[in-house]
Amino acid sequence: MKNGAYAASAFAAGLVFGSGLVISGMANPAKVLGFLDLAGAWDPSLALVMAGAVAVAAVAFALAGSRASTMLGAPLALPATRDIDRRLVLGSLAFGIGWGLVGFCPGPALVALGAGKLKAIAFVAAMLAGMLAFERVERARSAGTPGPAARPG
Amino acid sequence: MERFATNVTLPSTVTIDWGSFTPASAAIGGVVIGIAVTILVLLNGRVAGISGIVGGLFRPAPGDIAWRLAFVAGLIVAPLLFVVAGEPPTVIVDADYPTLVIAGLIVGIATRYGGGCTSGHGVCGVSRLSPRSIVATLAFLASGFVTVFVIRHLIAA
Repeated sequence: MKNGAYAASAFAAGLVFGSGLVISGMANPAKVLGFLDLAGAWDPSLALVMAGAVAVAAVAFALAGSRASTMLGAPLALPATRDIDRRLVLGSLAFGIGWGLVGFCPGPALVALGAGKLKAIAFVAAMLAGMLAFERVERARSAGTPGPAARPG
Repeated sequence: MERFATNVTLPSTVTIDWGSFTPASAAIGGVVIGIAVTILVLLNGRVAGISGIVGGLFRPAPGDIAWRLAFVAGLIVAPLLFVVAGEPPTVIVDADYPTLVIAGLIVGIATRYGGGCTSGHGVCGVSRLSPRSIVATLAFLASGFVTVFVIRHLIAA
């Protein structure tokens, strides 16, 4: 039964997250690119979206940090990785290139897909293919070494 | 704007597009995103990192699938609420299909390789003051700025 409760709260979280993306205008790639275009007519909106989200989320993580499990009894599964390594930096730099090419990152792309944009479907299909390819390569690489390194997303 | 001029080499002045700047809806939308993060961490004990939640579907573990699918379903259903309410979301995609596919592949691979995206590193990691996520966020912001500069001001110019 617990999985049902977890799914219900995750659905609510997704619904609220997607609504926030719509309200903030971040589901619109044109607006995201307006933020990334520092040398053009710059739209600073995205910075305020992050500021608003971080202000609330910081309180949530502070509250969560003092608990052993959640209100639904789920264990706290927060990323514990601390290393700043090559994967982190190269992966993030490459992500920024993909983001800047079209103005989509994963969340807004899924919201735009829900809004019925065919172009978002193309982006999401390619993104899922990329994630699947990554997983295949990771699995093949870790097959030889004991204990596959699970990396929190 | 001259008094904001800096010695940074790339854009020597930043011109704010006041017509496009939507501070109120941006901040309110951001707070709503923060509430979503709050729900997921306080009820599910999870970080609302969208690339991680989606990518985890390709690493299936017992009892770890339903919540991920439900979160993604919520994201996809959200815009429909705005359509029903008579306020369909504005989504303008200028990129052509080949570019979308290339960008999608890059984002899919890179967010998994780098362990997160704008939500996981940019919102959740930064609000946890994770040095890792702060570095990641600075990195993807920097390469995003450079990419758009190259496309709009070097190639298109």
